Order: sequence, then structure tokens, then C-alpha cells
Amino acid sequence: MPKKVHVQTTINGEAVEYLCEPRQSLLEVLRDVLHLTGAKEGCNNGNCGACSVILDGRLVNSCLVLGAELEGKSLETIEGLAEPEQLHPIQDAFLENAALQCGICTPGFIMAAKALLDQNPNPTEHEIRYWLAGNLCRCTGYDKIVRAVQDAAQTTS
Amino acid sequence: MENFAYVNAADVEQVPSLLSDDWTETKMIAGGTDLLGELKEYIETPKKVVNLKSIPGLDKINADASGLAIGALVTLTDIAAHPTIQHHYTVLAEAAGSVASPQIRNVGTLGGNLCQRPRCWYYRNPDIICLKKGGDTCYAVEGLNKYHAIFGGGPVYIVHPSDTAPALIALGATAKIVGPNGERTMPLEDFFVLPDVNPQRENVLEPNEVLTEVHVPQPKMGTKSTYLKVRERGSFDFALSSVAAHFEMSGGTCSKANVVLGGVAPIPWRSVEAEAALNGKRITDAVAKQAGEAAVANAEPMTDNGYKVTLTQNIVSRAAMRLA
Repeated sequence: MPKKVHVQTTINGEAVEYLCEPRQSLLEVLRDVLHLTGAKEGCNNGNCGACSVILDGRLVNSCLVLGAELEGKSLETIEGLAEPEQLHPIQDAFLENAALQCGICTPGFIMAAKALLDQNPNPTEHEIRYWLAGNLCRCTGYDKIVRAVQDAAQTTS
Repeated sequence: MENFAYVNAADVEQVPSLLSDDWTETKMIAGGTDLLGELKEYIETPKKVVNLKSIPGLDKINADASGLAIGALVTLTDIAAHPTIQHHYTVLAEAAGSVASPQIRNVGTLGGNLCQRPRCWYYRNPDIICLKKGGDTCYAVEGLNKYHAIFGGGPVYIVHPSDTAPALIALGATAKIVGPNGERTMPLEDFFVLPDVNPQRENVLEPNEVLTEVHVPQPKMGTKSTYLKVRERGSFDFALSSVAAHFEMSGGTCSKANVVLGGVAPIPWRSVEAEAALNGKRITDAVAKQAGEAAVANAEPMTDNGYKVTLTQNIVSRAAMRLA
């Protein structure tokens, strides 16, 4: 058996260490080892974006990153977004716009929206739609999601 | 996926010694967006995966008067956003920005984009041992070949999925490779091999060699370039057909055209026919139309992919007009 990998990393601002098998994806580590189940497994191959997280400031599919690769990095997941008494403005905007139905894609969309607004606080609708190309929603038809991101941009900028 | 040992490479020179001379034993990982797909589907079951991201310095872009040196670990996002590349190597910035989704561009590397494996649905099916995987049949020939080659096919009919490869070949790039016997460099155009040379691989790399850097010569004054890509899903897809066009212009005349097609052949496909139709010409609507017709004059469509002939003809014409 190949030996497990010891990883020291930062997740949502807190130091975390864990052991994982080399073959475990970051998504598997988050869900099965660390019990952070906000990131969802949809396609498990990079098409749907339901597992999107922000790694060293960059939006990634956690299903396409190995858990072993988190060593020394800084990760943001959906669990780190809200304050104890206060949702993040992007989360509020998704609620206000009813930008979700079944909710499986929502954590991924919100993390994608956060990564977008972190680097481009006033995106055009065109930019929002192209940026969200890596996130699939099979319920809403996307318009409400795009409007939620537009509203969140107004609130946060 | 099967388990494997995970090893961090300390430097470039160490990589060949960490790799086996048997393709099935070891794999390299950089961005991992292609490799993890192969591992999850059991297309590859290596005993060891060598991490390249632990190698310092391979994630740098150096731009100077001699041109661009791009390390193999530079991400597609960083290439697409680089101001010098956007202004002077436009075709490369446009090609890198057209790859996949933001999530994938953020981790996907230049080296990985050049060395990625085919998307052919027979190759990607773990239950099918096709010619590319050591079997004796390319199932695309008698099967469903909507996304397969219209140039250069046989005995395997995959298309090369890279967007940056046609762009870099149009720019005259060279590739640096490190192996057990040291370093070698070659024109990127010669890096890729047709299936009649090696049906199982898409490039010249040996199992214990690594692509480390791409160098792009500084374009001459007055050069223009662009990348056009047609996809089924306009925001996130592989190319049905694409064209990288790089024209040296003098006084309104195209003195030298480089036209390289993507998504239509097992390697990035230089269209010498389109280039001949453009060289020495002032680019008018008629000349652009002739270039498109010339580009597909020798196409060999299969049963389901005749539409790629029309697409390719039109995007070559459109690229020429964009640079006129």
C-alpha cells in the first residue's frame, strides 16, 4: 500500500492537518476526511463546478485537485463564508433572488461568484455568464443566478 | 481510482530518474485536470505519480527582446491575462483564454495543455481497448466519428484537443524537453507525431522525458495574429474546429502567413494550402475566401464529420479577414 500523505494547510483561516491517500481528491478529503460537506460531488470530472472552492485565491474544481496538493496552501470553502450571525452578501443575494431550487449547485455557484467579485467587483452580465460557464445548474435556468451575482456586486462594491 | 505513490520532484533534472521507461508505471501531474480524469476512469493506473508543481521556477513567464519563455507550469489563466502576450502574441492569449472553464484554466498548465490526451469517446471508455490503447482497431472508423479527424487520420482518427498548440506553432515556438540524457529542444511543430508514426502517442516524449519550457520568438513589427474556435457550447468546450493565424504584414500585404488548425487532425495541422493562398497577397474578401477553400481542399471527412469541412473553411476565411 502506498503510504498516506500528511498535509498541513489552512482552511477558512484555520490551520488544519490531515492524512489522506494519494488517490483522494480534495473533494473527497473535504467531504470524507474533514466532514466539510458544502462542496458537492456532481460530475466528478470538472464539468459541473458543484465542488468549486477557492485555492490560494483561485477558483478550482476540488474534484480535479488531489488532497495531497493542499500542503502549505490556503483554501476557502462555502463553510467559511458566513459570519456566525450574518450571511455573506452573495448568499443573501441568492436568497433574495431565489437563485436556487434543489440547491446542489449553489455552494459551487456562490464560491464562483465570490472568486469573480474578488477580482472584478463590477462585472458585466456577459462577464458573469462567461465566468459561470464552469458551473452547471439543472433547475433554475441561470437567469436568477446571474441577477443574484449582479445584486451582490452592487452590495459589495 | 487505483492508489499510487505520490512523489514531489525537487528539480527538473530529477524528474527523469523518478519516471519509469514504461508508460504504464509512472505519470506526471501538473494541473492534473486531464490526468485525474484518466485515473478516475481507469484509463491509466500508474504505480507512482510524480508531482511537477514542487519544482521551483517552472511557473514563470519571461518576456524580453528575444521573445517569450514560458515555463511548463504556467497556468492558462496567467497566459491569457499576461499584457505582453495579449498585445504581441495575441493568438496565444486568445487560445489560452478559450480553454475550458475558469476553474480549469486556473490550474491547467501550458505543459499539460500541450501534452493532454485525446478526448475520443472510444479512447476515454475504460471498457474499450482501442488502437490508441494497444488494441488493434480504431473504432471511430466504423463507429461514431462526429468529433474525429478530417486531416491526417489513419490508423487512428483522434483529433488533438489542444488550443495553445496551434497558437504556439503559428508563432514559431520551440519546445524544451528534459530526459535521462539531458536536454533537447525542437520546433514545437516537430514535437507532435501523427498516428502513422506512433498510434499510441501524440508527441515525441519518451516515458521518462518532461516538457519543461516553450520559447516563442518575438514577432516582427507589423505582425498580427488571432485564434478562432468553434464549439458546440460557446462558453466551455473543446474545439470542433479552430484556427490559429499569424500574419507578417508589410504595407498592407501579407508577406508570410502561418495558419495552423486545431480540432481537425491528430496533431495541430498546419495548412500549407491556406498559407500559399495568402502569402504575398493583399487580404481582400476574395483572397480570404480562397484561403478558406484552399484550407479544406485536401480534407478527408469521415461518415459523420463532413460539417467540419465547412466550419474549417469558414473560420479560416474569417480569421484572414480579421487580420486584413
